[in-house]
Amino acid sequence: MNTEILGIIVMFTLSVLLAIPLGKYIAKVYAGEKTLLDPVFNPVERIFYRISSINIQSDMNWKQHMIALLTINMVWFLIGMLILMTQGSLPLNPDNNPGMSPDLAFNTVISFVVNCNLQHYSGETGLSYLGQFWLMFLQFVSAGTGMAAAVVLFRAFRDKSTSALGNFYDYFVRSCTRILLPVSFIIAIILVFEGTPMTFEGKDTMTTLQGNTVEVSTGPVAAFVPIKHVGTNGGGFFGVNSAHPFENPSYFSNMVEMVGQLIIPMAMIFAFGHFIRRKKLSRMIFSVMTVGFLMLAIPNINMETNGNQAISAMGIDNSLGAMEGKEIRLGAPASGFWSIVTTVISTGSVNAMHDSSMALSGMNELLAMMINSFYGGVGVGLLNFFIFIILAVFISGLMVGRTPEFLGKKVEAREIKIAMIIALLHPLLILVGTALAAALPQYTAASLNNPGFHGLSEMLYEYTSASANNGSGFEGLGDNTVWWNISTGFVLILSRFLPIIGPVAIAGLLAEKKFIPEGDGTLKTDTATFGLMTFAVIIIVAGLSFFPALTLGPIAEFFSMK
Amino acid sequence: MSTHNSLFQKKMVQEALRESFVKLNPKVMFRNPVMFTVEIGTAIMLIVSFWTLFGGQNQGSFAYNFTVFVLLLLTLLFANFAEAIAEARGKAQADSLRKTREETPAKLQNGTTISSSKLKKGDVFICEPGDVIPSDGEIIEGLATIDESAITGESAPVIRESGGDKSSVTGGTKVLSDRIVVQVTTNQGESFLDKMIALVEGASRQKTPNEIALTILLAGFTLVFIIVTITLKPLADYTNIPITIAAFIALFVCLIPTTIGGLLSAIGIAGMDRALRANVITKSGKAVETAGDIDVLLLDKTGTITIGNRKATKFHPADGIDETQLIRAAVLSSMSDETPEGKSIIELSEVNPLSYDLKNPQFIKFTAETRSSGINFEGTRIRKGATDAIKNMVMNAGNAFPKEVETVVKVISENGGTPLVVAENEKVLGVIELQDIIKTGIRERFERLRKMGIKTVMVTGDNPLTAKYIAEKAGVDDFIAEAKPEDKMNYIKREQAEGRLVAMMGDGTNDAPALAQADVGVAMNSGTQAAKEAGNMVDLDNDPTKLIEVVEIGKQLLMTRGTLTTFSIANDVAKYFAIIPALFITAIPALQGLNIMDLHSPESAILSAVIFNAIIIPLLIPLALKGVSYKPIGASALLRRNLFIFGLGGIVAPFAGIKLIDLIVSIFF
Repeated sequence: MNTEILGIIVMFTLSVLLAIPLGKYIAKVYAGEKTLLDPVFNPVERIFYRISSINIQSDMNWKQHMIALLTINMVWFLIGMLILMTQGSLPLNPDNNPGMSPDLAFNTVISFVVNCNLQHYSGETGLSYLGQFWLMFLQFVSAGTGMAAAVVLFRAFRDKSTSALGNFYDYFVRSCTRILLPVSFIIAIILVFEGTPMTFEGKDTMTTLQGNTVEVSTGPVAAFVPIKHVGTNGGGFFGVNSAHPFENPSYFSNMVEMVGQLIIPMAMIFAFGHFIRRKKLSRMIFSVMTVGFLMLAIPNINMETNGNQAISAMGIDNSLGAMEGKEIRLGAPASGFWSIVTTVISTGSVNAMHDSSMALSGMNELLAMMINSFYGGVGVGLLNFFIFIILAVFISGLMVGRTPEFLGKKVEAREIKIAMIIALLHPLLILVGTALAAALPQYTAASLNNPGFHGLSEMLYEYTSASANNGSGFEGLGDNTVWWNISTGFVLILSRFLPIIGPVAIAGLLAEKKFIPEGDGTLKTDTATFGLMTFAVIIIVAGLSFFPALTLGPIAEFFSMK
Repeated sequence: MSTHNSLFQKKMVQEALRESFVKLNPKVMFRNPVMFTVEIGTAIMLIVSFWTLFGGQNQGSFAYNFTVFVLLLLTLLFANFAEAIAEARGKAQADSLRKTREETPAKLQNGTTISSSKLKKGDVFICEPGDVIPSDGEIIEGLATIDESAITGESAPVIRESGGDKSSVTGGTKVLSDRIVVQVTTNQGESFLDKMIALVEGASRQKTPNEIALTILLAGFTLVFIIVTITLKPLADYTNIPITIAAFIALFVCLIPTTIGGLLSAIGIAGMDRALRANVITKSGKAVETAGDIDVLLLDKTGTITIGNRKATKFHPADGIDETQLIRAAVLSSMSDETPEGKSIIELSEVNPLSYDLKNPQFIKFTAETRSSGINFEGTRIRKGATDAIKNMVMNAGNAFPKEVETVVKVISENGGTPLVVAENEKVLGVIELQDIIKTGIRERFERLRKMGIKTVMVTGDNPLTAKYIAEKAGVDDFIAEAKPEDKMNYIKREQAEGRLVAMMGDGTNDAPALAQADVGVAMNSGTQAAKEAGNMVDLDNDPTKLIEVVEIGKQLLMTRGTLTTFSIANDVAKYFAIIPALFITAIPALQGLNIMDLHSPESAILSAVIFNAIIIPLLIPLALKGVSYKPIGASALLRRNLFIFGLGGIVAPFAGIKLIDLIVSIFF
């Protein structure tokens, strides 16, 4: 078999194999059971909780969880604004990079707080090391926030009927210390051995073959890159992200980063099954997500490997695949695979330029973010998927002649209302954002790299990426303007917190309801049939509403190329 | 009672057609968000049509725009027609019941006669043989045989008497014998039937919880497609593609779930109508819906599981007693016993009781204290009764209670029978065995319920041994033996505390609290007013197995909504492939590749999609009214089946339908 394809299969299989035991471990961490790292972190946490006078034994209901979540996120945002705007005169700035403009700082901090990392700056020139460190901190805590929110959902379905859903700070701190930190640490060690720099010395100089002296940006890259993937953040240290040789030096580092971003989203699904003691349900969820993922990934690998036939027709050798915007050390198939991994999961790190993907590959990348729940970001992927489960439960519940139930809880008008608002939000933000950008060329036309269908795709991609909290870009778009900074900033806030609050609210409401024991007439949600139903709902709700917009973008581009 | 087998009767259709136009009133339309947006689209198309007529440019021909307008108007009318025909059918059904209570004279106690319409709640009237009862009421004095065939279709007369659990009479039924004094229980126009007619007619129709949730879901889908359609305008402008208003509105109307939106209220009304056809009056639409969710069914043993009464099946003489001696005693003690059990003893003996020549017989009636009955004559005292009652009597007199009789009694109980011990002059003669006769076919019905996921519970006054035997024989899942009214109540509360929904049927005043507590309480029409007030349904047939039908009607109601929603949403796939290429193909000819149905022209494609969208509504009206048939094959199998028919069918059908329509439309556009 082609070694490049084999490499992809190894990456994917390894991720699944690692995710299964990791899921078990995560379930243990959240259930408060004994784990290996307790002796290290328990004393540290105790001191921390005493200083901040947090009692992690006190249970919160879903509303208290959400207030805690929003409060700490607000604090991080304010500190971040302060640091980025004044970093020019703060310590740890060996390259003397200036402070950020308010709109860029707003966009940057928001996008790191919401686990999106839509980077409208280049790390080399835009940030001091202190700024980079704050952003690295945000990559941990934003991932921790998403995971803690997912655990509230876990808790809601473990007990028969309860409003006590554990303590937010407990979940949050455990996510960071017991899960994100150790996994990132292991990956950082591997990356250092592969040649990723870890230094505070500022720019290095090197002499090229022609004898010129070139300044090369370095920094504490090896500390930054692992959490970018493990926390499905995607914010690169350098502007070109994981296409940069320091961030992603080799095919092996590429595999490590790929596995690094897949394992926690996958493991969270298995953890859910362990935690609520319904492993079959988590297998159903995993299967639906995997089918969806493969339906996007396989065509992309194929299209990128085959390259553009119009170029071959001109007599140019195309045997390496669609190599525009790709790194030769990584190759077309691995880049095609990465392009879907990074978009289905809300990582948004790139190892090749998506702007240069084949037209329909670009469509699949867009679709991956529009659906945003095939694995999805750490914690939040499961929350997004939960919304589709609720909708599928409702329709299929009616189809079997019973008031719909999920895990023994009746799904009624209030839950449907919330689920529908959340399902509606994503198309609303993406389509309205893109429509405004298209209707107001005075603000946007200058920043587009391409006119016509591809230009529309660039705008569509930017809002889709923002709304999916993904952070990747069709990098043809010159996005550091007031228009893009402010408009995507608001999209980011709405699309992060509402899709967390919505599912958690539904879970909280369901948790308080009476538990109905399962009978022969009860719809089972852990079956292949229900999985198919959920898949159909995802395709119709998330896929079809974007069909007209996609037709004017990548689909029109595809047909016009022929 | 008349039945309407045909779905569309001429008179009803005319009435419904007229209503379809009346319902176009935006104020009425507003209740249904999906169809309301279609109405707005229709209004816009009317304006666009006239604008093109008077020289408007770039919007296509007047004929094309006007056709779109007419098609949208038809879509609205079809949806209204669905609702109107469902209402008309429900009303016709209710009217045929109401006809039985037309103006009849009511004889008041003071001798005057007034019209039944003048009767008020609390009035008291008298009925004598041959009289038609003028109003619903409760017998406060007397006993009568009544012909209820006008309501139930059952020709055998029934007995109604004051004081007991069968004290209600229904207006329109006929007294055959004896004289009764009846108190009016409801004012004119406030009876359950009147309330139900109001429900069907829409005046007081409230959306049920599932209907509300579904309406939210559909409104959500509508909003999504409002966003999709409106944002398409700037995107198309950006890529320099002109799109006509007709195309935008066609895209929108085809994408929103008009099929289920148009049929939703018809489905709900039809559910109540089906209940009414089963001779069940529901007090709210919610009750029918809840019936579909029932987990536990409480059924009285007598009349539901067993044929009315126990029958004597065997005489067991004690050791040393001749069988004829036992039979003689048994017959004598039952001579004056008018209960069906007593009669069955004489039947079994094949002896004419009058053949025993008795002097001065003195009959001892059954009382709750003695728990025995019998006869005294010429110094002979014969008693028959419950084992422990006779045992006490015998032991008090200093006699022994034979061991072998004790064994016989135990064996009878274990086999589901009821033993009656017979004693003469405080000496045990033997035992009469009474047995319950289980209805034929009841076991299969319980099996069907089990497959639906419903637990059946038998309620009986029998002792636990007998109850267990009958429960096993009939195939019920659980039983409440020696049941007192509060036992039923406690059982319901316990099941509800565990999250289950409970249905029960009852008739007595004793049952009223339990009927009120149950999620679905069906009161028999013959029952007391208290029971009827407490329940949320009234069964005119007084048929205890009716609950099973009610459950199926509830399930059908939910399934019909679910399957048509799936069908409606699945249709979007094909409609997209019809309309999207049509929108852009003139500007981007390369998009011909998306036109997988190979539709003739942009106009014909759009018209075909809109036509399909409109005619699918009337095509599905019969299904909406009759309901999707329920099969108890387990939830997962049912989902697979319905997903296959309505999901896959919903994707495939419009591809074929739209292509077919396009072949015809392409002749004109």
